[in-house]
Amino acid sequence: MYLLGFLLVFPAIVAFALLVLKDDAVRSHIVKAAAVLISLATIAFLVDNFHDEFRFYNLGIKSIDTGMFVVEVLLAAYIFYLSLKFKRRMVTLLVVVQTAAMIMLRVTYGNSIVVANDFFVDKLSIVMALIVGILGSAIGLYSIGYMRDYHKAHSDVRDRRGFFFFIIFVFLSAMFGLVLSNNLLWIFFFWEITTLSSFFLIGYSRTEEATWNAFCALEYNLWGGIAFILAIYYSYSFFRIAELDRLMLMGGMGGLIPVALICFAGITKSAQYPFSKWLLGAMVAPTPVSALLHSSTMVKAGVYIILRFAMVLDNLAIGYVVAAIGGLTFLIGSAIAVSQHDAKKVLAYSTIANLGLIVLCGGIGTYEAMWAAILLIVFHAVTKCLLFLCVGVVDSEMHTRDIEDMTSLITRMPRVSVMMQIGMAGMFLAPFGMLISKWAVIKALVDSNPILLLFVVFGGSATVFYWVKWMGKMIMVVEPERDVEIGVGGEMWIPLYTLTVLTVLFVGFLPLLSKFLIVPYIIEIYDRTITMSHGNIFIMLVMMGLILAFPLAVINYGKGARIVSPYICGANAEGGVAFTGAFGRKREMEMKDYYIDRYFGEALLSRVGFDASFVLILAMFVLAVL
Amino acid sequence: MKVFLAISLYIVLAPVIGGILSGLDRIFSARLQGRVGPPVFQPFYDVAKLLSKETVVVRRSQGLYILYYLIFVMFAGGLFFAGRNLLIVVFALTLADVFLVLGAHKASSSYSFIGAQRELIQIMSYEPALLFTAIGMYLVTGSFYVSEMASFGRPIIVYLPAMFLAFIYVQAIKFRKSPFDLSTSHHAHQELVKGVTTEFSGKTLAMIEIAHWYETVLVLGIVYLFFGFNAWLAAAVALCEFFAIVMIDNVIARARLEFTFFSSWIVALIFGMGNIIVLSGLSKMGLI
Repeated sequence: MYLLGFLLVFPAIVAFALLVLKDDAVRSHIVKAAAVLISLATIAFLVDNFHDEFRFYNLGIKSIDTGMFVVEVLLAAYIFYLSLKFKRRMVTLLVVVQTAAMIMLRVTYGNSIVVANDFFVDKLSIVMALIVGILGSAIGLYSIGYMRDYHKAHSDVRDRRGFFFFIIFVFLSAMFGLVLSNNLLWIFFFWEITTLSSFFLIGYSRTEEATWNAFCALEYNLWGGIAFILAIYYSYSFFRIAELDRLMLMGGMGGLIPVALICFAGITKSAQYPFSKWLLGAMVAPTPVSALLHSSTMVKAGVYIILRFAMVLDNLAIGYVVAAIGGLTFLIGSAIAVSQHDAKKVLAYSTIANLGLIVLCGGIGTYEAMWAAILLIVFHAVTKCLLFLCVGVVDSEMHTRDIEDMTSLITRMPRVSVMMQIGMAGMFLAPFGMLISKWAVIKALVDSNPILLLFVVFGGSATVFYWVKWMGKMIMVVEPERDVEIGVGGEMWIPLYTLTVLTVLFVGFLPLLSKFLIVPYIIEIYDRTITMSHGNIFIMLVMMGLILAFPLAVINYGKGARIVSPYICGANAEGGVAFTGAFGRKREMEMKDYYIDRYFGEALLSRVGFDASFVLILAMFVLAVL
Repeated sequence: MKVFLAISLYIVLAPVIGGILSGLDRIFSARLQGRVGPPVFQPFYDVAKLLSKETVVVRRSQGLYILYYLIFVMFAGGLFFAGRNLLIVVFALTLADVFLVLGAHKASSSYSFIGAQRELIQIMSYEPALLFTAIGMYLVTGSFYVSEMASFGRPIIVYLPAMFLAFIYVQAIKFRKSPFDLSTSHHAHQELVKGVTTEFSGKTLAMIEIAHWYETVLVLGIVYLFFGFNAWLAAAVALCEFFAIVMIDNVIARARLEFTFFSSWIVALIFGMGNIIVLSGLSKMGLI
């Protein structure tokens, strides 16, 4: 109980401390200390709770509800003011609607809402808490060095680092609250806090682009918020249910409207089509924000809430529709990523796509799908975080996010590029975690609804393309270049190394992770589970061993070979760097990746994704009402 | 024990079989073109010659990627003939191909670079059909394990006729034969010098050749599974099918990238996914 309280309250306290302290050095120390403490607390939380099936905790303090309500209204008023100031009419409207719904709920039922248990801790909560605690701390640590470099490079952006870290830690608090709460009103409160954190952090640089995108994110997430409030309203007025666990248990018996509404909220938060635009726009934020909110944790809250209702959706038509939305997002997101030059956009589309896979599993809702979904959450969070942090370092040092500028990165930033390669391999290659998860997804689909396989199979193929062409670009060396890695600060290296090691080790730990954290959860809900056969685990470990031997072998391989210039039909002018072209002119050798904009372009495919998913969302609500 | 034997046999025999098939391929093509053609064992003489040559590279580590390509092709094939999970075999094969592509990128040369990018598009093209094949087999036999598929009493081809066609369609990509030999090919008709294999020579090129032999045997092994109920028939079909592809190679010109990609995906969708949907529907209705 105390650990839970600590996880919720401590980051908030740290947040306020960081807000008021002006000195950068003091802030760094506090952030470092807080990062360590939060990680340790999360691990302690794991150890403390993992024996039991699940635990309920009750605070029973009425005034917390009132306090939350007051904060919500105040924040809503502030957003109302901001939306008027920046002339974002839609946001104004949505804020008004949402606040009205909140107030109506309080007025109608207000004090009579008695919740049996405020907090609920089971294995899924623990897994989510681990992700928030460890990745959040890693990113906090990373941000110290990153934001320092950021403000040196962007002297026009006002230094509001106190506010930045304040929001980050408030966000961590809210995330813990979200995944550990059972009280639906509290989940909603924390949900909204995460939406607002995203808003403030995206708009951090206060440029026109940032502000626009911040409001876009707010707008899309407000739709989700409204749906959430309506879900609570419906579930309380018809069933007197204000608890997550009771709503889960009620399942489809009382009608699927609250479930559909909450799935809708999850879809907006995890940027599935038709709501993907906000996540793409959110990439203007500083990289730690992209890593923390928009790939590893906040968007995971969206899929988390859908997964809570997975077993309700099992074998229902509405479940398949939700699954189709996820699958479509995976396919379209992966396809568009092929045509993107901007590294962060590739990562964003990949994130959207992988969240789509998780939603797909949630919609299917079988025990196999759940197993795959939780694995996906864990592996994706770690690996994507690593990739974003690496891209952030590249951006910091080389001031570019274009993949074409990352040619020969292996000579300019050797350690970072190797970490990126491991991260990228981790996203799609055997024997890393994401591949194993994808394998589990295929198995789950084949056993329940094979038609949805087309999303996974075709999307997965596109995935291979965009990752490998990026990897290839980084290892190419046309002419050796200066190593610029020296400028990277110590605080940034620790998270990078940690995440790289985790990405690799997790494959080995997968059986343990599965056995102790995932399988018990699945048995709790479904009374049956899948296991990876020992033979297959062994095969994966052998493959991993071979792959790990690669960097070691590179050191010695090929010694004594004769080195020549690449083949340019005999017209080499300067080794492999240039050639003698037409009219005897010296031309530089340029090698650019395929982006195939004509077929994989963002405009075309987004349109397709938007239209198709819009229909699916309508279908989802129609099925819920029927 | 049986598994160990199967893997060892594969490791030792597959290059022999693959090499002989390659030799027969060359003789067959030659006769179609009105030539006599080289001796059957020519591929072995070629590889031996390659192994004796000096190692010449652009980047020192480029050969390591190719070594890993070879290792993982052997690994995939070994898994297959050991009767293990077909999905893992497909994933391992993709991993192997990725190493080839990375090696070609590492060679930092314009021709190998384009070859590598085209190879990636080829991978993207054949993967759906390959995955659908594995999935289709699971739907028929109830297992992803090759051992169960091979010992499945009934003719799998009857359940997966369209799937078989889809698989054959993308085989030309795997065998590097026209119309889908865009990233590199065996014969002298390559417009991008040698595509993926441009900067590789000597021992490394020998490794690519040997890896190709291993891969050929593995792919033919998958063809075998469709007719696994009768070993002789299956072997015969695999062989005939191989020579049919060689003949098509001699008859058809190379396709463009767009055609390769789109047609592969459309074929995989209609024939592969279609077969799966029909099969799945029929079994849900209790007809199978």
